[in-house]
Amino acid sequence: MGEFLGLPALFFEGTPFEINRIILVRLIAVAVMLLLFWLGLRKARRVPTRGQSIAEMAMEFVKVQIADQILGEKFGRRYLPILASLFFGIIAMNLTGLIPFFNMAGTAIIGVPLTLGLFAYVVFIHAGIKELGARKFFKNSLLPSGVPVPIYLILTPVEFLNIFIVRPLSLALRLLLNMMVGHLLLVLCFAATHFFFFTADGWLSLFGVGTLLAGFIFTLVELLVAALQAYVFTLLTAVYIQQAVAEEH
Amino acid sequence: MTQISMAAEETGSNPFIPADYDIIWSIIPFAIILAVFWFFVVPTFRRILDDRAAVIEGGIAKAESAQAEAAEALAAYNLQLAEGRAEAARIRETARTEGAQILAELKEQASVESARILANAQVLIEAERQAALVSLRAEVGSLAIDLASGVIGASMSDDAQASAIVDRFLAELESSENSNDQAKA
Repeated sequence: MGEFLGLPALFFEGTPFEINRIILVRLIAVAVMLLLFWLGLRKARRVPTRGQSIAEMAMEFVKVQIADQILGEKFGRRYLPILASLFFGIIAMNLTGLIPFFNMAGTAIIGVPLTLGLFAYVVFIHAGIKELGARKFFKNSLLPSGVPVPIYLILTPVEFLNIFIVRPLSLALRLLLNMMVGHLLLVLCFAATHFFFFTADGWLSLFGVGTLLAGFIFTLVELLVAALQAYVFTLLTAVYIQQAVAEEH
Repeated sequence: MTQISMAAEETGSNPFIPADYDIIWSIIPFAIILAVFWFFVVPTFRRILDDRAAVIEGGIAKAESAQAEAAEALAAYNLQLAEGRAEAARIRETARTEGAQILAELKEQASVESARILANAQVLIEAERQAALVSLRAEVGSLAIDLASGVIGASMSDDAQASAIVDRFLAELESSENSNDQAKA
């Protein structure tokens, strides 16, 4: 638990640029991800090398499965850099939770999820205002047409809460809690295994086999969760942008 | 939550309340990611995709033009073939006509020739017959006179008389021949 709360600083202690273990993991994850993309695309050619194919395939996934599918050709093209940044940034920082010696997702403390959630919030509101104008955007969001007037008494506060408060927080908390709980589960399993094997006496140590197996299974689950959460975060951001720029809901 | 709040009391922080450095080190890496994707990864990706699409489209256009050319060549070939066939048929027809003409001419010539040969032969035969007739007449005259001299014992040296007798005899012979011919006809 203490890992999430004020780790000892490694660099710049006491300044706003303090770097502890998780921050370092984050920076390394980002650097490695960007390096891989740079290596893949630095000599981009018509006939791709293996690395370029993989980089293209990854970009193709975000372009086709998220940007073009949710936003369509025009907006998909405009928001592809943002969506790709979100997706690859999150997935890189998620995966560190599974890598030995890192053992901690860069997204498992609130900074990244909150920053990205607020970023997505700013992006979709900006998209709506830019596309429809402020008046039309807020009218579409808060006073959707095709509803009897008295319903607005309920609908408008609910929509306000949903769109302008819940959305960024739900994005942030979904990602944070998934990665945090994943980390806790893995720690629990492996700590229990350690306890049963090395501290517990006699037949109790047999439990260690079970907890080790559980740890292995949860590692695989976490691998899925790491990719899934990156996908979900990016997909929801795309959906919010789409709803913001839509003429009518 | 009690654990968290306890831990928060111990360390003076809470996982849901961000530390300033946490936010800073979220913004900076993400800003870098965004910049790299905005200015390098996505443009490169798009350039490559567009380039590939252009090449593929160029290839398709090339293939289409090649196909059109091939179709054109085939049409031209077919046209030539048809012309050739028509030409061959025409030549064959001409040859057949000419052959028939030549054959007819040859037949004509042959029949003319045969007619000529036949006519010649008839003329020859007629001449032969006339000659034979003349010589026979002369010989028959003298033979008959010799015979008659022998029979009657007198010399029929009086030529005028003798030839008158012979002529009368021959005239009778001829008339009887003629009447025989007429009877036969």
